Amino acid sequence: MASLYRALKAAAILAWSAFVVAPFLWALTTSFKTANAVTSGPTYLPWLQYQPSLEGWRVLFRSYGQGIDIVGPYLSSLFVTVTASAVSLVLGTLAAYGLSRYTYRLGFLGNGDITFFFISQRIMPPIVLAIPFFLLLKFLGLLDTELGLVIVYVALLLPIAVWVMVDFFNNIPREVDETAMLDGCTPVETFWRVILPNCKPGLVVAGLFCIVFGWNDFFFAFTLTFTNTQLLPVAIVALNSSVTPWWSLSASGLVSVAPLVGVAVVLERYLSRGNLAGAIR
Amino acid sequence: MSGNAAPLVAEGLSRSVDGEVHLAGVSLSLEPGRFYTLLGPTLAGKTSLLRVLAGLDPAQSGSMVMGGRDLLRAPVWTRSVAMVYQQFINYPHLTVHDNVAFPLRRAKRSAAEVDRTVRETAEKLGLTPFLGRKCSELSGGQQQRTALARALVKGADLLLLDEPLVNLDYKLREQLREEFVNLFSDKGSTIVVYASTEPLEALMLGGTVLVMSEGRLLQAGPAHEVFARPASEEVARIFNDPPMNLLDGAVSDGELILPGGIRKPTAGHLASLRPGRYRFGIRAGDIRVGGAGVPVRMELAEISGSVTYLHVSLDGAPLVIQQAGVHSHALGETIVADVDATALYAFAEDGRLAAAPAGGGEGGFRDGSWRESS
Repeated sequence: MASLYRALKAAAILAWSAFVVAPFLWALTTSFKTANAVTSGPTYLPWLQYQPSLEGWRVLFRSYGQGIDIVGPYLSSLFVTVTASAVSLVLGTLAAYGLSRYTYRLGFLGNGDITFFFISQRIMPPIVLAIPFFLLLKFLGLLDTELGLVIVYVALLLPIAVWVMVDFFNNIPREVDETAMLDGCTPVETFWRVILPNCKPGLVVAGLFCIVFGWNDFFFAFTLTFTNTQLLPVAIVALNSSVTPWWSLSASGLVSVAPLVGVAVVLERYLSRGNLAGAIR
Repeated sequence: MSGNAAPLVAEGLSRSVDGEVHLAGVSLSLEPGRFYTLLGPTLAGKTSLLRVLAGLDPAQSGSMVMGGRDLLRAPVWTRSVAMVYQQFINYPHLTVHDNVAFPLRRAKRSAAEVDRTVRETAEKLGLTPFLGRKCSELSGGQQQRTALARALVKGADLLLLDEPLVNLDYKLREQLREEFVNLFSDKGSTIVVYASTEPLEALMLGGTVLVMSEGRLLQAGPAHEVFARPASEEVARIFNDPPMNLLDGAVSDGELILPGGIRKPTAGHLASLRPGRYRFGIRAGDIRVGGAGVPVRMELAEISGSVTYLHVSLDGAPLVIQQAGVHSHALGETIVADVDATALYAFAEDGRLAAAPAGGGEGGFRDGSWRESS
């Protein structure tokens, strides 16, 4: 029975892996194909079934003929995502600690209402915010700038950071804070030396969410920028002309996924290790 | 341990939360180097008092001074206090060694001194084999030992223990309690306050007992004295497990009249009672089964360790009798019970003690004798 169970489990994992990995393999092979090879039916083996070409990859760099520059948007995307995520994580963690440990009164609103206010930002459809954000950035003179996008992304990512971190802080008994203070820590030292080190998995989860949401955003990058600033998702869509260039779309898709895969690989071990070490009881 | 040898004097500490009174004007004076047991039932305000003493919660009125310093205005992290909670509270991201070292490092002790002190304390508490482990990898008992080591290591002026054994299993509780007696015998000038709901613990740990109920301090004094001469009915009830039996009765014509037609001569310590109505207190162990007694009706027999607690009805009044050994009784059965008049307490109608037996009664748990039967 046990071996049958193991076999079934292995089969299920294999099937799911294939399901997840297949699109990447498909994109990888397509990115090395020419227009003819793409339209002549499904082929997978380079040199045997089709002649590989670097055409799809060359288009991504300005130096090559009528291609588009993907390096600029790539760096812009990296800068905007990393900055906005870092700011959101710092502010969100501090806000979450406050909401978890102190009592606030805002008129008739209490801690729960304030926390919900943060989360509710993510409940409404993003399009509702498009015009307010547009007008705000216009007023600030930050339309079509990286700084403007950072501000908008912080507004979008902060709720995620607060939401994740409040939960983690609430799972640490208050008595741990109290003990730290009895042991001579000021409230700031308590947060920095005792609470934060115990929330590493939370920081990883919140950071991961921020980076993924920020990196993948198309809507605000599209509506709030025009010519000076362009983020990667917008640049990739701009590749699409009268003829769909499947080869360069595939190449740019792989390039845009790469950093997230990198982040996931690096942080994954903190996640699994943190889940075990974070158990408090 | 600590060089500061000043008493902690608190006057009229009060605290209520959302209209609910947690402390109703508690005044006490705690001497350095003494051991105090804060005894009271659940919700008596023990934890509230400890938290105010620690500076974790503010008192709404009253004062708390130690060596000329106003403690109510001092931030917690500038105070010299250690606290052990009911729950096992440690720093989960640190090893046992670093947990115990934490307060010393915060106090900027040298690395060599930190390491030496941590190892000494760990040895005393049997934690040496676990120094390299994370607290989440320890059993409950070891976690609480770690918390205790961290509280002891810094030699604070005030060491507060809030029912530290209540979440441990019975065997471990017994074992740690015995170790406590040794641990706290060498407490230097530290004031130790140990909160407990168990009368037995107060007697075993010795020192001064502070009996608390409903946010008030009812009586303070050496544990055995308070046990032998509870100032009021309430103290007598709190300081006995099972709670002291209380029977409405009267004294008239040199005779003591109890429910169920029990009549006893007012001899010995009862001779000074003036005629009138009283409530008489008798410990479960001072009622004997059999002999020249009165009939009582069995309602429940509860076997606990090597004794049996008989819950009976004496003419409608509930009574608990402690019978040595394991016995089985049928419910509804009528047995004969005899109250030992030399062990009777008498309380006036306002609840205050009117007469107490010399030596505190026969069925009391004096020193080790009670432990065997619990």
